[in-house]
Amino acid sequence: MPCQAALRAAFGFIRGFFMEHTQYRPAEVARAPSGLMDGLQRWLPKLVVAPTVILIGIGIYGYMLWTGVLSFTNSSFLPSYEFIGLDQYAKLMESERWLVASRNLAIFGGLFIASCLLIGVVLAIFLDQRIRQEGAIRTIYLYPMALSMIVTGTVWRWILNPSLGLEKLMHDWGWTSFSFDWLVDSDFAIYTIVMAAVWQASGFVMALFLAGLRGVDSSIMRAARVDGASLPTIYWKIILPSLRPVFFSSVMVLAHIAIKSFDLVMAMTSGGPGYSTDLPAVFMYAHTFTRGQMGLGSASAMLMLGAILALLVPYLYSELRGKRHD
Amino acid sequence: MNTFKRNLTALAVSAVLMPTAAVQAGEVEVLHWWTAGGEAKAAAALKEMMEEQGHTWKDFAVAGGGGEAAMTVLKTRAVSGNPPAAAQIKGLDIREWAKLGFLTSLDSVAESESWDQLIPPTISDVMKYEGEYVAVPVNVHRVNWLWVNPQVMEDVGVEIPTTLDEFFEVADKLKAEGYIPLAHGGQPWQDATVFDAVALAELGPDNYRKAFVDHDMSVINSNKMEEVFSQFAKVMSYVDDNAPGRDWNTATGMVIRGEAAMQIMGDWAKGEFTAAGLTPGEDYLCAPAPGTEGQFTFNVDSFAMFKLSEEEGIKAQEDLVRTILEPEFQTLFNQNKGSIPVRTDMDMSAFDTCAQASMDTFKSSADDGGLVPSFSHGLATTSYIQGQIFDVVTNFVNSNNPDPVKTTDQLAAAIQSAM
Repeated sequence: MPCQAALRAAFGFIRGFFMEHTQYRPAEVARAPSGLMDGLQRWLPKLVVAPTVILIGIGIYGYMLWTGVLSFTNSSFLPSYEFIGLDQYAKLMESERWLVASRNLAIFGGLFIASCLLIGVVLAIFLDQRIRQEGAIRTIYLYPMALSMIVTGTVWRWILNPSLGLEKLMHDWGWTSFSFDWLVDSDFAIYTIVMAAVWQASGFVMALFLAGLRGVDSSIMRAARVDGASLPTIYWKIILPSLRPVFFSSVMVLAHIAIKSFDLVMAMTSGGPGYSTDLPAVFMYAHTFTRGQMGLGSASAMLMLGAILALLVPYLYSELRGKRHD
Repeated sequence: MNTFKRNLTALAVSAVLMPTAAVQAGEVEVLHWWTAGGEAKAAAALKEMMEEQGHTWKDFAVAGGGGEAAMTVLKTRAVSGNPPAAAQIKGLDIREWAKLGFLTSLDSVAESESWDQLIPPTISDVMKYEGEYVAVPVNVHRVNWLWVNPQVMEDVGVEIPTTLDEFFEVADKLKAEGYIPLAHGGQPWQDATVFDAVALAELGPDNYRKAFVDHDMSVINSNKMEEVFSQFAKVMSYVDDNAPGRDWNTATGMVIRGEAAMQIMGDWAKGEFTAAGLTPGEDYLCAPAPGTEGQFTFNVDSFAMFKLSEEEGIKAQEDLVRTILEPEFQTLFNQNKGSIPVRTDMDMSAFDTCAQASMDTFKSSADDGGLVPSFSHGLATTSYIQGQIFDVVTNFVNSNNPDPVKTTDQLAAAIQSAM
């Protein structure tokens, strides 16, 4: 019983506290009786946000900094603090495998972003023609996004494996001259990764563009049609240019998916055949955690960070500058 | 105040007395990655033996075949000052851990049990840091084995090849009959395992050791190494086109089903044959990899012992080390794992024919210098140099026009950059 009373009193106090402060602005509250309350009020928002800020500060920026420091040391399989300048970066630049990984990122990133945008936009425009069963079709295209990259990678590995998937199926059906062995060919394996990634992400781009298209004022379209413009011209000259922000967000999202890509490669090829499908993230993991070359791995991580910043900074700059003009 | 003081004294006294009272029963925490099949059974046997001695076994199993995940966990634990009593650490990594001062000396046990007489010096070298034992070997795997499906060989009418030239002849005949001559999985470590065997066959044990243990450039960057690469390319040309990414046990399955005739793989492959209900010597054969008769590339699993502060823990640790080398455990463990005991004084009658053959070669090669550490399994060189060699080898295998001369230069450059 006394316990309940205490609880009720506590709730009463809390309710009173919040009621009081929602009704009056802090400046109007009498200073003398509740100096403590006033201080708490002023600090409360900061206190509430503080744990998150601290966690992000340590968990993301702190470790980023630490990785940066390690990239200048000779850390092997445990961190060490013997500084050796830019040696790790020099070693990285001489490493054949890193060059393969970088080249793969360029191929993968370029093709992945371009294909996703193209397929996504075309699908969105088709879906925007008020077709029947649009909801169902939209869900079907968007569904791959619900799978994790590991699942996508495993499924595509099975489909593209010549002795297991598509090629075997065609051979079993009697088309024995059919051959599709890109997955096991070191010159072409990287393109199979692009295929799987595009399959996974183009539905997402479609959804973004569809939302954008729905936001376009239909009177613009009617006006253009009155002026005698054909449908392709309307889309190409008027509607797509007005979707520039959607285009930019898509590129941002796709670009960072491309740079951090790790699980898809691990599931599909583990970087093979040989190391022909290595991406920088795979390189970083292998050297930092399995080969005991933490310094070299950190250096590669810093270069990846640099690549992301090279994309992000101009974007942020244009965004912020745009705001100031408004 | 008075009672507080009295309590404190009591506490201090009991703290002094406790260890002597409880010295028999300590807790031993063991990090390992034996989580599946015969390996898990082997680990359970060790646990039972420790519990019989009154110790508590704290299992710290981290799954993931090659132990990469386990190593990451171990690093975190060690850096935060809370390492387990024992951890499964292999090959040259033992030296790295010892160099950082994490490992404890096992010399008192080693002396009383006279390990130096039991274990061949080539292997005990790997277990020592600056002359002191810091790890205990558990088993010996032979890597240079050739696994053969006798049915297929009989069908085509060929014998098991004993040299590389014979291998090429046999493989041509097998290929003509529509069999895959060599089952293989295109993963870097498997490529390196075959390369390991070819290099031993071509270079011989002395030059093998010079190249992969001492990294002597006069061997690495030589015509002999070019010859190794061209022979290796020839061996790999008998592998089917769909090998990239295939797991080793899938490749073993191809031999079991008779799609492929042979596989070059360590003796852990025996587990796959056993699981399929086959008998060694009848349903499948084991022979030395072509050209490596009488030679033995070893891959040794071992436990490194970390420095502990509590007396009970140290006692338990010593008992663990002693138990691991006991003949009873060695037999039980190695029968489950497919390897052979690390002690050369053991009765092998309980083992199968492949293990017996392995032991015979192990003993004879330990005397005549044919016993070499396997670089492809981390026994010969640091993980970084090993990784560099893997890169060169696997790139060579997967290249569309492999060039032995250029690759030899690349190998030399890669090893040099890592040293």
